[in-house]
Parts: sequence; C-alpha cells; structure tokens
Amino acid sequence: MSLKLDKLVVTLAGQPLVALNTEIAPGEVLTIMGPSGCGKSTALAALIGALPPAFRMSGCVFLDGRDITALPPHARRLGILFQDDVLFPHLSVAGNLGFGLPKGADNRAGRIEAALAEAGLAGMGMRDPATLSGGQRARVALLRCLLSEPRGLLLDEPFSKLDTELRAQIRAFVFDRARGLPVILVTHDQHDARAAGGRVISVSGEEVAL
Amino acid sequence: MALRRPWALPPWGVLGLLGLPVLAGLAGVFAPAFGWLPALGAHQPNLDAWRAVLGWGGLPAAMRLSLVTGLLATVISLALTLLIVATWQGTRSFVWLTRALAPLLALPHAAAAFGLAFLIAPSGWIARALSPWATGWDRPPDLLIIGDAYGLALVAGLVVKEVPFLLLMTLAALGQADSLRRQMVARSLGYGRVTGWMKTVLPAVYAQIRLPVYAVLAYSMSVVDVALILGPTRPPTLAVQILDWMTHPDLAMRFQAAAGAVLQLGMVMLALGLWRGAELALGRWGRAWAANGGRGLAADLVLRPAGAAGAALIALTVGLGLAGLLVWSFAGLWRFPDIWPASFSLRVWSGQMAALLPLTRDSTLIALGAAALALILAVSVLEAEARRGPAHPRRAMALIYLPLLVPQIAFLPGLTTFALITGLDGTIWAVMATHLVFVLPYVYLVLADPWRAWDARAGLVAQALGAGPGRVLWAVRLPMLTRALVIAFAVGFATSVAQYLPTLLIGAGRVSTVTTEAVALASGGNRRLIGVWAVVQMALPMAVFALALALPALLFRNLKGMRVS
Amino acid sequence: MRFPLFAASVVLPVCVMASPALAVNPDDWNAVLQAAQGQTVYWHAWGGDARINAFIASVGDDLQARYGVALEHVRLADTADAVTRVISERQAGRDSAGAVDAIWINGANFASMKEQGLLFGPFAESLPNWALVDTDANPAILVDFTLPVEGYGSPWAMFQMVFEYDSAALPEPPRSLAALREWIAGNPGRFTYPQPPDFLGTSFLKQALYGVLDDPSVLMGPIDDIDYAAVTAPLWAFLDEIHPNLWRQGRAFPPNEPALGQLLADGEVDIGFAFNPGRASAAIADGELQDSVRTLVFEEGTLANSSYLSIPYNAANKAGALVLANLILDPHIQARAQDPEILGFQTVLGMHLLDAEDRARFYALELGIATLAPDQMGTGLMEPHPDWMTRIAEDWAARYGTGN
Repeated sequence: MSLKLDKLVVTLAGQPLVALNTEIAPGEVLTIMGPSGCGKSTALAALIGALPPAFRMSGCVFLDGRDITALPPHARRLGILFQDDVLFPHLSVAGNLGFGLPKGADNRAGRIEAALAEAGLAGMGMRDPATLSGGQRARVALLRCLLSEPRGLLLDEPFSKLDTELRAQIRAFVFDRARGLPVILVTHDQHDARAAGGRVISVSGEEVAL
Repeated sequence: MALRRPWALPPWGVLGLLGLPVLAGLAGVFAPAFGWLPALGAHQPNLDAWRAVLGWGGLPAAMRLSLVTGLLATVISLALTLLIVATWQGTRSFVWLTRALAPLLALPHAAAAFGLAFLIAPSGWIARALSPWATGWDRPPDLLIIGDAYGLALVAGLVVKEVPFLLLMTLAALGQADSLRRQMVARSLGYGRVTGWMKTVLPAVYAQIRLPVYAVLAYSMSVVDVALILGPTRPPTLAVQILDWMTHPDLAMRFQAAAGAVLQLGMVMLALGLWRGAELALGRWGRAWAANGGRGLAADLVLRPAGAAGAALIALTVGLGLAGLLVWSFAGLWRFPDIWPASFSLRVWSGQMAALLPLTRDSTLIALGAAALALILAVSVLEAEARRGPAHPRRAMALIYLPLLVPQIAFLPGLTTFALITGLDGTIWAVMATHLVFVLPYVYLVLADPWRAWDARAGLVAQALGAGPGRVLWAVRLPMLTRALVIAFAVGFATSVAQYLPTLLIGAGRVSTVTTEAVALASGGNRRLIGVWAVVQMALPMAVFALALALPALLFRNLKGMRVS
Repeated sequence: MRFPLFAASVVLPVCVMASPALAVNPDDWNAVLQAAQGQTVYWHAWGGDARINAFIASVGDDLQARYGVALEHVRLADTADAVTRVISERQAGRDSAGAVDAIWINGANFASMKEQGLLFGPFAESLPNWALVDTDANPAILVDFTLPVEGYGSPWAMFQMVFEYDSAALPEPPRSLAALREWIAGNPGRFTYPQPPDFLGTSFLKQALYGVLDDPSVLMGPIDDIDYAAVTAPLWAFLDEIHPNLWRQGRAFPPNEPALGQLLADGEVDIGFAFNPGRASAAIADGELQDSVRTLVFEEGTLANSSYLSIPYNAANKAGALVLANLILDPHIQARAQDPEILGFQTVLGMHLLDAEDRARFYALELGIATLAPDQMGTGLMEPHPDWMTRIAEDWAARYGTGN
C-alpha cells in the first residue's frame, strides 16, 4: 500500500501551482507546507479528483500500484479531513458514521458503537453533532472517514482550528488511527509538520527545512 | 420611539405598505364571497355564492385538476432541478447549462406556453417535420394533445418555466450551503454523485429553497394564462373557472367568483399543508437513508444522463418553441405540413413598431423602479432583523408572502378598489407601487435565505476592526452578497415586466406595458402577433438577467471565494 | 389583525371624493366640441386583432387632426375587464373622473351596464352624424339583443355571421343547419365551434336554435315566459348528436374566433365561421388564410348584430368621447372600416342618406375575394334576448363542461 504522485502538475491559466513527484509509503506522513493560498488545497483537490474546471492537471496518481488519475472521486478510496470537520448537521453522530460505513457491512450499529467507544465517545451516537465539543467533532470526522475503509488519507489543515492542548491530543489520535495508511498532511503550521514526523515539502516539491 | 429604536421601522413600515393593500384585496375577496358588495347593491351577508359554487357540477373535477396539476408540476420541477444540480454541479457543462437555462426565467409564462403549444400540437412543428414522409399525414391528425383532460400539457408548460426558477434559487442557495466541500467529503467516502449530493447537500439546500418551492406550488395551482393556453376546458382548472366567473357579463357572478377565490385560497393552503407533511415524512425517512451507507453508484449511470436529458429537453423545447414563434412573426401563408412558411414578410413587425418604443420605455421604467424599491425594502427589513434579533416581528413578516399565495384574479379587484379610494390609480407611479406588492415578495424570497445564511463571522471580524454596523452592511455584507442582490433585482424586474392584471386594473388603461399589449393580443390567438410580442416581452427581462449573471462574474472574476462553480 | 382593516375597507368607500361632474349636454354640439379640445379619450376596446388596432389608431389620428382630441386605445383581453373597472370605481365612490371614457360593447355586457345604470346618455341620437345612420333598414341599430338601445350606445358597425370553408377541399359546402348536421356525420373531426361562453361559440348555439326551433319567435322574449326545457330540447339533441363527430371528438374546443380561424388555416377543420363577413378576405390579403377560402350564409339566414360605442356614467372625458362617437359615423371613417383591405366591417350608414361623393367612396370598394355581395347576404336573424345567451352558455357548461 503506497501513494505515488508521478510528475503531478496542476496549472491555472498556464501558471503552474503544484508540481509533485514523490511516493508515500504506508504509515508514512508526507507534509506539504506553505503559506495560505499557495495551492496546498488545490493539490488535495487534484488528488481526490475534485479539481474545479478552471484548473488543468498532468501526471499520474497511483494508489497501491493502481492508476487512479482518471477515476472519479468516489472510486479512489482516498479519505479526506478538512480544517472544519464538515459533519452533516442534518444527521446525528451515528448517522454521520453510518454515512461513512459501507452499506453491506455486517453489524453496522455494533461497529459504529465500537468505533465511538474506542474514541472515547461511547453513548454519543444519538447526539446532534452541533452539541459536541471541537475535539469530539474532529474525532467523529476522522472515524467517519476511517469507517469508509480508505487506502490513503489526506489531511487539509485538520488541526488548525483546535486550541493547543486539544491539538496535540487530536494529532496523536489521527496519526495513531491512520497507522498503516499513506498520509498526506497539508499545513502552514510548523508544529503540525514536526509532529507528523515525516518528510516536509512545498507544493512545488522542494524539501522544506523546519 | 422611532428615534430610539429606528430599526423597528423597516419591518412595520413594509408590513404596513404591503399588508394594507393585501388585506384590502383579501377583504375585497371575502366580503363578496359572503354576499357583501354595495356597488352591486348587495348589503345582506349570505351564503348564496357558496351554494352556487358548490352547486357547480364541474367543481370536483376542476378542484382535482388544479390540485393534481399543481402538485405534479411542482414535484417534477423540483425533482428535475435537483437532479440537474446533483448530477452536474462543479462541471463545465453545469456552467454552460445554467447560462442556457437562466434566461428562461425571464420568459413570460404565456410566451413559453404558446411556444410549447406550437411545438407539440397536431399541426405543430414536430408533426410538420415528420409529415407527410414519416407519418403519412397530409392534414393534421385529430389528436387531443393540447388541453388533454389530465392536464399533462399544462404540467409540461409549467415545468418548462418553473425549472429555471428553481434552478436559479438553488444556485443562489448553493454558495451558502458549503455544497462543494460536502460533496467532496461524500465523494471521497466513495459516494456516487447523485446519491452523495442528495444525502449531504440537499438537506441544506432544500431548507433554503423551501419558500420558492411553496411559491411554485401556489402558483402552479392558481395559474391562469398557461392554463388557458394548454389546459383542459371541460372543466378548466378552478382558477380559470374563477376568471370566467369574474369576467362574466352577469355581474352577479362576481359573488360566485369571490367564493371560488376563497375556495382556491383554501385549496392552496391545503396543498401547502400536504407538502409540508410530505417534507417531514421524507425528511425522517431521508435521515435513515443517508446513514445507511448505500453509495448509490449505479444510480449515476441512469440519473446523470436523465438529468442532462431533462435539462436539454427543457432548453430545446423552449428554444424551438420560441424559434417557432419568431418564424411565425415573419410568416406569410404557412400551411400544414410545410415545415417553413411559403413566404416571409415584415408586415406584422412593421405594424407593431409604433407601439413598441413607448411601451418598452414604460415597462422598463416601472420594472426598474419596482425592483429597486423592492430591493431597498427587502434589504432594510433583513438588516433590521439582523440588528434587532428577537424584537423583530419574524412571524408577522410571513404576510409578505400573501400576494404569492392568493390567486391574483381574486384579490386584485379588492386591491383596485383600495387604489381608487386613495386616488392612486391610473399613473405610472401607482402601477409601480402595485407591482411592488408582487415584486417585493419575490425579491425578499430570493434574498432572505442567502442573507440569513451569510457567515456572520465576517461581520464580527469587521466590527472587531472598528467598523460600525453601517460600515459592516455597506463594506462587508452587501459586497459579499452581491450575487444574491443582483439576482434578486433581476427576478424583481422580470416579475414586474410580467404583471398583467395589476397593470391593467391599477393602470386604469392609462398605463400600458409590453405585457398588457402581449396578453391582449394573445387573446386573439394570432400566432404572428404573439410571436412579435413574446420576443419583445422576453427581451427586456432577459437583458437584465444577462447583466445579473454577468455582473458578479465580472466584478469578482479574480476572487475565487465569491464564485459558485 | 384582519378585522380592523376589514372594517376600514368597509368604511372607506363611504368617504366619496366625488367632485361635481362637468355637465356635458350632447345637444349643444358646439359646447361639446369646445369642451373636448385638448382632452384625451381612453377607449376601452378588445385588442386581440392587429387590423382592428391599426384601424383604431388611424381613427385617433383623425380625431387629433380634426378636433384636437387625443385617443388612447386601451387594449382589452375581454370587454368585461372594462365593466369590472367601472364597477370598482362606483364601489370606491368615484362617480366622476372615471378611467373609462368609451367602451366598444354589445350584448350581455351592454345589457348589464345599462340595467345597472352605469352608462351615460341618452346621447347617440344627438350626434350630428346620426342623420346618416340607416335606422329603417337595420333594426339591429336601435335594438341590441332585443334590448332597446335608447341612445345609450352609438352603433358604428354591423356584423353578420358567415361560414368560411376551403373551396379547394370542399366544393359543395352545406348551406343550412340541416345540411351541416349531415355533413358533420359524414366528415368526422372536420368541424368545431368555440367553447361557450365565448361570444362566437354561444352565437353558434343561437344560430343552431334558429335552425332547430319550429317557432324561433320565442327567442325574442325573456326565457322566464316559456317552457325553456321543452323549447331547447332539440338544441341539446342536435349537440349530443354532432359532438362525437366534431374536431377532437368534441373533447376539446377552440377558445375563440381567431383560434377557430387558425384551425381553418392549419387545415384542422374544413368549415369555420366568423361574425365579420369580411374577415376571410382580410385574412387572405394578409397571407394568413389560403386564397381558396370562401364564405356563405345559411338558407334560413344567419345572426346579425351591431357594435356600439358607449360612455360610462362617470367618464372623465365625456365631451371627447362624444366627439369620437360622432367621428366614427363619419362617411370617410365608415368607408375605411368597410374596406376589406382594412377591416371589412359593414357600415351602419344608409347609402341614400349620403351625398354623391360619399356614396362613391363606398361603391368604389372592392368586396374582397371571399366576401359576399350585400345582396347575397340573405336574411339577417335578430339576436335573441340576452337571457338566452347567458342561459344556454350556462347550460352548455353544465352539460358538457363539468367533466362528468
């Protein structure tokens, strides 16, 4: 299981924004760092296949050796976490997790409850996500993503809205859960980058020294 | 009081401005319904009008027809709109599609209906294109297509017009519904386009387009012009029957018409109640469905082409229908099954030229004034709501929507009386003010949801930087809501241009617009004339719509955060 | 909330803002002309026909040029709209300065306005040009639908129902109701009539009544006096018989005269009809109808009536309206209206009452390819009492219009 970006280039109106050529091994966290607006989120959009029409992309993306460049987002099996949790307000916590869990899965309710319990959220399934704390919401978002059994994980500044204490806790939680998956973390925060513990590069693929 | 709490003024001011004529209009419906109309010598309240209405043999069929065509048109319009957005949002085709469909919003209902009628009638373009080589028809087949007993042609005519309206409403709501990220999350979790959209974006979007959907339902059940052109006649829909009673030479029928109008009002309320009930039930079911994990990948295979086909069919129908009307406006003799006229002439156009300029000028003036006033009032009411919080009369504001829910034909005579008493009728300003009664609800409808869904944090940030509430409004909120504002203005403009009965009655015949002219000519059924005026009537609001769509795109072409793609 | 406002609207009409109306005396014509100077007359008239609209505009040019009175044609989709307007004004207490100065009217609309006292007059017989109107030869000029006009409307055009048929497709058309009945049975789907209560559709029913009644004289009186059900039984039998063989099997009907004319032009029906004998010729001249269309009248005669110009009791510009009413009776204007290239309406003037020059104006007119000569028009049948129109339209709706 690995995620390989093969000469991936994204341009807008002829201007290159993103140029990446690297491979992320299972369990490795690659951090893409840069200031706001440098194209980090564009890089992630390109990876999950949701690039807005104005952008142009060349190069290939391989996941587990499979070329997913031309696949639609739902078929790529790349999970994504945003800086906001994007929990669906019309669904309960369990509903959000159910949304992530594949339909055919055995013992859906049991698996959802187990996931919640493991994340320290036991018994909160029926809660309205709006009533959860920031840390709880972040954990639910990650659980929802992991329940869909992704083969790789993309993190779009997922910790930037949390306060320092919570941040360390959630960071640990995420990296712990994501064990065994290739992970790309996009951030402008040096602490996040350090905590990720892997290589740190810019959107144009150069090594960044912390 | 007004000085100490100045923001109490806009809501109550607007309610007074609208509520008074609306309630006078309603009184003008309810009073005669129960036998009171002094001008006709009726001073003794009674139930005769109700006996007459309930005694009409066609009542069950007419009510059923109104209810079924109204609900059917609304369900199909909504489903098609959501399908189009769900399947195509975020693609290049979607941008193209919305550009193609949005101008249709400006198209007068009557013109669209005539275009459709000429396309699908047995002597219409489709039959001509296939005859006689494929069908063997050398004269039109005796088929009942227009005016079928089930009202299917009527439903089609309504759908063609309401999909663009709902589409525009949905577009305005999308930007505030975090739709792209929700869709991205759903897709990255393995969801198909349509299923992912329905499960994650729809609940947020629907909450914002709910009122427009109600307006579509009320309108579809009460529409007169489209039903006259495409609907059945034995019996017609209840609204058309009310018009018949209203315009009957026997003035005693006005009472019956008023009672019919009250019945129509009740029926619309009942349908809205049914719809609300269905919403709740579907919402409950939908939450379970959303959480069941089904990815709905196979659905895309069917639904994506279906959405595209539906959109293309609408664009094509209206496009060809209008092209047909345009050709008719230049046609000399045009016999069946010729696909083109035997000769072309400018006779009809040149005959209408003298009337075109002044009417276009007056229509534009009235529509600009009404739309601008409506926008100012809507913004001040919404801003008042934001500033006053719980003190704002939120519930009372629902009165604004009354003009959309009461059939025009029934409440306008009451409104006319009101205008006469105040001596306001017969001038361009009076017409503008009356248009405001119908324009303001639409503008408010279009604006309120994006306004409320606006991320208030931007305002807080601005305040923290030292901006007062006035500056927050002018420098932050209004610019951020430019798109919604311009669209609201354009909808207001189009609504004003399309008004027929208010212009006729309040204008007292002294104020004419392209629409009074077009409908008067349409009653003659002359396809050549209808062609001329449909083109003119459409061109005005369409120009404003083109501006409405182009302006934000132009202003914010370098600001990604202000775009909806 | 509703009740105080409701009460207010009940009270308000009482606060009349009437100003004393300027008295206009039609018998003092010089004073009328003087008062009319600079007025703008709002003539509420059906606006569904481009030819009629153009004609009215040309009358407006003359009115301005000759009398300094401006004319605005308020184009109605339905004459009842103007009636509604006058009623609303009376309800609001506006007994002067009303918005409607003149209405093109006849039949039930005229009867109902006259009975409600909503009309100004009598004025018609005071108009200077009244002397030229042929009241002897045309009884329909003094009596509208059996209702004496009594000067409350000025007749300005006469109409007679003619049947229109495509002579290329139908060389031997039926020339009586009985023949039409047989022809319909043998040619299913090729005939229809506008759906009552449309004016022309109801006129067809009245024409049919003339054809099926043994004694049509009952049509001249109100229906309260007769055994209505028995008298009209043959009419419903006739309709029951032809409906299955009508266009669309009688499941749908065209809405009005222009729509019926369009069906004839599209070849959806072989026989149509109109209340204007010159309609077909004018439509052919404009390229809207094939030039093989001809017209005919029934052997038993066809319905005939007149159009009137009436002035509401509260019209703001009565003097101007009177000048207009007089001008449309001018031989120049009447000849223009009769010109088949322009309207093809029948004049109300008597040829023997005109001077030689004006007479020549009429004799110079071509009839038009499809129009019958005056001596071919046969008998003009009197319009039945307005009760009939209302009642048979109602009964038609009850029998065929309820979906049962």
